[in-house]
Amino acid sequence: MTNTEIREFIGNAIAENPVMLFMKGSPEQPACGFSARTAACLNALGVRYAALDILPDQRIREELSGLSGWPTIPQLFVKGELVGGADIVTEMYESGELAELLEAEQPEDAEQVAVQSEAPVGNGRIPLENNLD
Amino acid sequence: MPTSQELQQRIEAALPGATVSVEDTTGGGDHFRTEVVSDRFDGLTRIQQHKLVYDVFGAEVGGPIHALSIKTSTPGGTS
Repeated sequence: MTNTEIREFIGNAIAENPVMLFMKGSPEQPACGFSARTAACLNALGVRYAALDILPDQRIREELSGLSGWPTIPQLFVKGELVGGADIVTEMYESGELAELLEAEQPEDAEQVAVQSEAPVGNGRIPLENNLD
Repeated sequence: MPTSQELQQRIEAALPGATVSVEDTTGGGDHFRTEVVSDRFDGLTRIQQHKLVYDVFGAEVGGPIHALSIKTSTPGGTS
């Protein structure tokens, strides 16, 4: 796959998925604490989201950061806009802004950072095929 | 290997007047957490505020600086 194709793939993923998370590993098996924390916030809100593991090819990260201007992983996009990385997503989760943005219900215990990393049953998360290999 | 003091000085130099604290979260010189209070953040979105801090280090974030956790606010209160 060429760099241009990777960039196009990333652009399409952001455009086609209203809630798109680029992370290290998968929501089931996050490969980094920051990615785990970000996925856990989305899981706690029970929203549908697509996730792409950036680890299989380092060009994914290079092209993604080139596109977004954001240097670190994870990166959460909502409706095509970069919302932020782990720090911003956690802050927004705790304040209720993330629930508002995603039109989800704020959990009662959300003042604590979500530590659960398992997706709640039946939240309908869309696993996005990573076909960049 | 970067130190928290070096990171703090570089952020302070880039954002004059800012109150900056930096912590080396693992003691290994590659994972840092910073809190920055600056009136430069006034009126900016969180994304824009964090980018101002990331921009101080350019490609070093993701390189020698493996992780930089950021919390930003303005002197008037959090935003």
